[in-house]
Amino acid sequence: MIALSDYLFVAALLFAIGIVGVMINRKNVITLLMSIELMLLAVNLNFIAFSRYLNDIHGQIFVFFILTVAAAEAAIGLAILVAIFRNRRTIEVESLNELKG
Amino acid sequence: MTHQVPWLSLLIWLPIVAGIVLLFIVGEKRAIVAKWFALAASVMTFIFSLSLYTDYDSSTAVLQFVERSIWIESFGIEYYLGVDGFSIPLIILTSLMTVIVVIASWQTISHRIAMYLAAFLLMCGLMNGVFSAADSILFYVFWEATLIPMFLVIGIWGGANRVYATIKFFLYTFVGSVLMLVALIYLGLAANTFDISQLHKLPLTFLEQHYIFWAFLFAFAVKVPMWPVHTWLPDAHVEAPTGGSVILAAIMLKLGTYGFIRFSLPIAPDAAIYWSEMMIVLALIAVVYIGLVALVQKDMKKLIAYSSIAHMGFVVLGFFIVFALLAKDRSDAAVLAMQGGLIQMISHGFISGALFLCIGVLYDRMHSRNIIDYGGVAASMPKFAALFMVFAMANSGLPGTSGFVGEFFVILAAFQANPWYAILAGTTLVLGAAYSLWMYRRVMFGEVLNQQVAELSDVSSREFYLLLLLALLVILFGVWPAPLIDLMSSSVNHLLSCGLQSKLTTIQSCAL
Amino acid sequence: MQNTLLTIVLLPLLGSVLAGLFGNKIGRKGAHLVTIFGVGVSCALSMQIMWGFIDGQFTSFNISIYQWATLGDLTLEVGFLLDALSATMLCVVTFVSLMVHIYTIGYMSDDPGYQRFFSYISLFTFSMLVLVLSNNFLQLFFGWEAVGVVSYLLIGFWYKKDSAVFANLKAFLVNRVGDFGFLIGIAAVLFYFNSLDYQTVFNAAPQFVELEHKIDIGFGEWSAITFICIALFIGAMGKSAQVPLHVWLPDSMEGPTPISALIHAATMVTAGVFMVSRMSPLFEFSDTALSFVLIIGAITALFMGILGIVQNDIKRVIAYSTLSQLGYMVAALGASAYAASIFHLMTHAFFKALLFLAAGSVIIGMHHIQDIRYMGNIRKYMPITFITSLIGTLALVGFPFFSGFYSKDAIIESVKFSNIIGSDFAYYSLLIGVFVTSLYSFRLLFLVFFSQERMTESTRRHLQESPKVVWVPLVMLAIPSIAIAWFSTDAMLFGTFFDNVIFVKPEHPALAMFSREFTNVWDFALHGFQTLPVWLVILGAVIAYVFFVLKPHWSKRLSESLSGVYNLLVNHYYFDAFNQKVLVAIGLLAGNGLWKISDQKLIDGVMVNGSAKAIGFFAGIVRHIQTGNMYHYVLFMMVGLISLLSWLVWTFVG
Repeated sequence: MIALSDYLFVAALLFAIGIVGVMINRKNVITLLMSIELMLLAVNLNFIAFSRYLNDIHGQIFVFFILTVAAAEAAIGLAILVAIFRNRRTIEVESLNELKG
Repeated sequence: MTHQVPWLSLLIWLPIVAGIVLLFIVGEKRAIVAKWFALAASVMTFIFSLSLYTDYDSSTAVLQFVERSIWIESFGIEYYLGVDGFSIPLIILTSLMTVIVVIASWQTISHRIAMYLAAFLLMCGLMNGVFSAADSILFYVFWEATLIPMFLVIGIWGGANRVYATIKFFLYTFVGSVLMLVALIYLGLAANTFDISQLHKLPLTFLEQHYIFWAFLFAFAVKVPMWPVHTWLPDAHVEAPTGGSVILAAIMLKLGTYGFIRFSLPIAPDAAIYWSEMMIVLALIAVVYIGLVALVQKDMKKLIAYSSIAHMGFVVLGFFIVFALLAKDRSDAAVLAMQGGLIQMISHGFISGALFLCIGVLYDRMHSRNIIDYGGVAASMPKFAALFMVFAMANSGLPGTSGFVGEFFVILAAFQANPWYAILAGTTLVLGAAYSLWMYRRVMFGEVLNQQVAELSDVSSREFYLLLLLALLVILFGVWPAPLIDLMSSSVNHLLSCGLQSKLTTIQSCAL
Repeated sequence: MQNTLLTIVLLPLLGSVLAGLFGNKIGRKGAHLVTIFGVGVSCALSMQIMWGFIDGQFTSFNISIYQWATLGDLTLEVGFLLDALSATMLCVVTFVSLMVHIYTIGYMSDDPGYQRFFSYISLFTFSMLVLVLSNNFLQLFFGWEAVGVVSYLLIGFWYKKDSAVFANLKAFLVNRVGDFGFLIGIAAVLFYFNSLDYQTVFNAAPQFVELEHKIDIGFGEWSAITFICIALFIGAMGKSAQVPLHVWLPDSMEGPTPISALIHAATMVTAGVFMVSRMSPLFEFSDTALSFVLIIGAITALFMGILGIVQNDIKRVIAYSTLSQLGYMVAALGASAYAASIFHLMTHAFFKALLFLAAGSVIIGMHHIQDIRYMGNIRKYMPITFITSLIGTLALVGFPFFSGFYSKDAIIESVKFSNIIGSDFAYYSLLIGVFVTSLYSFRLLFLVFFSQERMTESTRRHLQESPKVVWVPLVMLAIPSIAIAWFSTDAMLFGTFFDNVIFVKPEHPALAMFSREFTNVWDFALHGFQTLPVWLVILGAVIAYVFFVLKPHWSKRLSESLSGVYNLLVNHYYFDAFNQKVLVAIGLLAGNGLWKISDQKLIDGVMVNGSAKAIGFFAGIVRHIQTGNMYHYVLFMMVGLISLLSWLVWTFVG
């Protein structure tokens, strides 16, 4: 029997990998999007694990929602990415600092 | 007491609605219609304000002409209006000065006149609101709202350096007011109502009173303005157009001193006693220090602005020596001090307003405010010279003009608190005359050295009657201040006998 | 009676308003007619009232006109107090004013500001009447300042002249310094007596003094009554031009001559003397204050007289003479000889107005040249002016049988009999003053009307007697200058005329002691020849004759050999220089310093713009945190989240 903590541990690991991916990735916006997806998956994993553990179906329903939204988000994200590339001829994260104070 | 006509609402909303109509319906295209419309609205407001005087029962300090209905129920905020002897003269003054400003800008403003007049109508309504609000949040809303039209008036029709002046004016006054809001909310939560008269009765510890007093002080001291938070005033005046200066000096400054008697003194009397000496010192600094500073000004508007600060110092002095006098059991002198401060408020409204109008008359012709550009104006403008002389003399506190009454009362009372207060305040006799008349001499007297001055045309009949009206009022209240004093006396007595009781001991009931 | 008094007071005001506001409509003739009518009626009614007092049919009236203000238990009223003192002042003021009004028709005939001038002098008459008739301190202060303003307006009447508008501002400000003291005095009166009504205050004074109140304002303890009296007297020093607040009076000669006569000789400047006499129930209780008054008066009488000797402007000589004579009056007040002081006030009003108007007549003849160095032998051309001037001069120096003699002698003798501190000094000052008075008066008379003709040929050719409207007032004033004392000495000085009005403590018997020697006015005058003052007058006249008629070069040589003293005198003891270079300079320096350093640098620079700058500076640093790079934001977010979570876990779980 795989314990709840094992699922949580894996989810946390995935989430951490996602965050680190966001943080240390300086080059490619696509990697950034993938890291975000990874974090969402970690959350989904948690939802499913808790849903099973608590015998509550709501968690799994939520996962579907998140998956749907994530799909949409990925689409929009890629669209934005294309727009950025068209405008700036680069998708380097480092150079996307328009908000610099 | 039931009044059929909601006079106070009328006094607030008539000019505001008129202003909005002027802005959005009449518009800039039809300037002449806009002028007459604004004049009609302001004159009507003024006439309505007079009915406050005629219908007011001056034998009691109860709020009259009361209108009360719920505004924001969940917080217990009410639309609660009512006036007493303190507010009526100020409301009439506001309405009168608005008429005067409307007439004064008849020909002098050509850029966006409808908007300009609308701003003054709005300001008139809002300031009437401040003076008649009996709910503290309502008071606060009106109080802050007055800033906006004034901000626009200086910012749009002002002089060269207007942006700096408006930002300074706005930030200065706003920072102070926000602290007042904090205090009002604290009081409102503690009393479970925002009704000002209930706040007066609210028992507060000494520490609470200190915080409240200081929070109010920031708001009011900036507005008065008191030294050392006065530096926005000269800048604002210099940049403001004539009408803006008139309203600023004549009414806006009075909001601060009105706040003292409406909030600081009765809500935090023990703290007020504790800090009264500091307040007196600040007021005396305003009289002496600012008097000296006024002496060396080269810009006429700045000079009058500084003189306003010095004169408002008398109001603060009058209000805060009251405590020392009550402690000495000299209640007569306390009445004298309080009345002196109040009369000074009204009188300064006339005199400083008139002086700014006079400078406006000169500015319209010469486009300069520098004293050095003038000299010998009396030769080409004899009628103007005579009227200007009346105001210059009133500004130096000549007996027989209203400028004397308040200062005289305050000095007499100050002597009873401490002879040195009177001696320092009395220096205004010399300083006030020095800066007013020295300016007058440099502008009006002497050889005509300048072709432009020689060609000046005397005041038009519009300017003449405007100034004459103010001159007559200044002299009337100097020769016979009794009506004004009687109007305010019950409110003053009530404040002195009930409002200033210590909140630390058991509060005696002061039924009204 | 109330209506009579109101008529007396308000008619000049009405005249002033008509001439002032409707001057263009009623024209020059209308202006002088309406004002002269007003003052004339006032004068006639005043005479009638005076007659009532002489007759003994009136005693005193104290009426209130209206309530000016009611504050708690304190009622401030406007009202009239008519008694022997105010009746005397009424007559003096309205009579001199009437003469000056008539004279002005001639003097100002070419001036474009004709109507304005009549309006001003009528307004002045109104203010002065309010002052003398007031029955309380508030109204007194009103009148006090109102005459000051009209004086200001009149000194600066020719407002294009820089010297005139300098002089009027100076006059007003110096007077304001005095008024400052006066106001403090009034405040003290209110503090101790709880009233500003004369009657109440005077009645309470004796009990008040017994309580021995003290006041301490940081210079040790003072008796309250002394404080009150000295503060009030500072007001009198301003108005009556006593050292060191005298500096404005000589400069006020920049105004037209009629007002020099009316305001700066006969009436306004004597307001201080009138006030102190009115306050005698207070001053009598403070020997310290009386000594102060006496010494200030004596200093003014002597030292200002000396300045008259070196002046060359005809009006300034008379102005310094006025200062000196005011010193005599004030000294008399100090010696508790109030009656003598008022008596001298009255005679002085006539002869000094006469002298000024005569000087004005000379100035008209000389086409507005005022320098006596360019006159001489004018008696040939202007006989009436000469004779009236001679009468005025004899009255001024106090030659027996002229009215000035009686009043001045009474003052000197009273001071001699006075027993308060400083009376010896005062007595000798006044005695020397008599010699000085004679010296400068006869110097003026000789230089103007005798000696050789020093004017230019064209001036000489046009020199002729002034028109009738000018010389008639001279003659009208010359009559009382000679004779007024013959009828009034007995009653005013030694009789009961001022009983119940002026209060003299038995401890101050100066005038009473002097009165024991008095039999009648003729003996008094004849007796004068056996006393020192008259011989000092004659000595002064002789020296003046020698120096300025017989041997004019002697006076020049003397001024050269005593150049140090001469410079001191020509510069008026450097009072003006001190005021200008020290007091005014300090005021301006302080103003500039406070403005530029405190207001602009400290408050605006450091506090206001400084806080704005501080916020800007701080923002400039923290903006670097906003790199614009997403991964930094994520890092901060994580760090923040983790620290927040650990804090929560720490506090609530651990």
